[in-house]
Amino acid sequence: MSAPEAHKAESTEELKVTPLHALHVALGAKMVPFAGYDMPVQYKDGVLAEHLHTREAAGLFDVSHMGQAWIEGPDFETVARTVETLTPGDILGLAPGAIRYTLLLNRNGGIKDDLMVTRPAEPARANSLFIIVNAACKDADFAHIAAHLPAGTKLLRLDDRALIALQGPKAVEVFARFAPEAEGMGFMTARAMNVAGIPCLVSRSGYTGEDGYEVSVPNDRAVELAKKLLAEPEVKPIGLGARDSLRLEAGLCLYGHDIDETTTPIEAALGWTIGKRRREEANFPGAKPILGHIASGVARKRVGILPEGKAPARDGTEIYDGQGNKIGGITSGSYGPTVGGPIAMGYVEIGHAKVGTAVELMVRGKGRPAKIVALPFVEKRFHRTEKK
Amino acid sequence: MSEIRFTDQHEWVRLDGDVATIGITDYAQEQLGDVVYVELPDVGKSVAAGDEAAVVESVKAASEVYSPVSGEVVAVNADLEGAPGGVNEDAMGKGWFVKVRLADKSEFAKLMDEDAYKSFVEGLA
Repeated sequence: MSAPEAHKAESTEELKVTPLHALHVALGAKMVPFAGYDMPVQYKDGVLAEHLHTREAAGLFDVSHMGQAWIEGPDFETVARTVETLTPGDILGLAPGAIRYTLLLNRNGGIKDDLMVTRPAEPARANSLFIIVNAACKDADFAHIAAHLPAGTKLLRLDDRALIALQGPKAVEVFARFAPEAEGMGFMTARAMNVAGIPCLVSRSGYTGEDGYEVSVPNDRAVELAKKLLAEPEVKPIGLGARDSLRLEAGLCLYGHDIDETTTPIEAALGWTIGKRRREEANFPGAKPILGHIASGVARKRVGILPEGKAPARDGTEIYDGQGNKIGGITSGSYGPTVGGPIAMGYVEIGHAKVGTAVELMVRGKGRPAKIVALPFVEKRFHRTEKK
Repeated sequence: MSEIRFTDQHEWVRLDGDVATIGITDYAQEQLGDVVYVELPDVGKSVAAGDEAAVVESVKAASEVYSPVSGEVVAVNADLEGAPGGVNEDAMGKGWFVKVRLADKSEFAKLMDEDAYKSFVEGLA
């Protein structure tokens, strides 16, 4: 049997570890190199069971490899305007305690990374923004941001903080046992609060399509917090394997696969991240090509793809129109445990991007029928506060 | 009585008369994780030793299962198409992939016996 691609080792030299590393090993995790870190890909129950458990109850994820930082300046407006020079998001319009998903863009409109930007609710942090970026990009992102900061503004890496996600329909109920005030939070909001007596920055957000939290916690209290949450009967540890299948079912992009420096936000179907005011001001990196895409359309677009058979079509699979013409490629492909079959995302020429279009996926030299479908594959169950 | 042999790619071959049943070892299924898809060859296909005989996929990735022997595919385990998890549950038994009628029995004799495979796997740890 050939070694599965996903199991082929990256260089194992000088792998970094998160504060939860010993806990993963003690829990029986299979550890693999990921973005320079030795990370749990799965625990004893395996990817399928972990995925389904997260959709049914609550899963705990160690995402401490991601990059956390404060951007501090003289006041909120200065810091927000600075971040707006690098992203197309409406950062200035963030209410205290609100989180925005946005993109770091290069000057061609390509995506350097996707990130979360939080305007803290706490008056003591009124002059700061909190950002979370991808693990594989963090050194480059922080250097890029730091290089564009005006005098009086600085980036402070939070390498002394771990990041733990609790996701799933039971996440809120479980978390409220340790932090009652977290229950009333709206989706995409953040608050500083004690969780089991530990000072944390709690975001109601996630990467699974489920309700839940992402919790920034001091490194030296991370194991204590993880153990307390794991001791609850609804909670199981979940590895990176299920994290990937959960986010793909939720239609969420994985940086380096579904988006990168060669894709623009409009091609990536992330046009919603570009604020209305930002479109009018046209002052973000790559504004010219991106506004051109908005005005006159794109040649290719990110779409959901549902193979009709049972064979998964992986990243790199070529997409054909059924008449022998190549029309695109898959950027994420897996088995979707909740869907109960293969699912994928990729880019196709715009003429084939309409939902319902029949396409052919070339898997092991054989064309296999598939259809363009709307994303997500699984209904998102984010918590929305009702607008009155 | 049937004899069993192993490869360094973690396939097993059980010989009954001139028909070899081929699967992946327990070690291999453990490494692979949850099997969600199995693709089997057509009955009647001829395979040479080292050729791809089947494809096995976990949630994350696809792997090829190589035929350790040459011959003609005389049967495939169609049960795996509907229930691929059988590979995880009983890799050495109900989780077999294909049966091949041997062209050359000496290919079988050259493979590792159970003790040799055991020490091979121990050496990987």
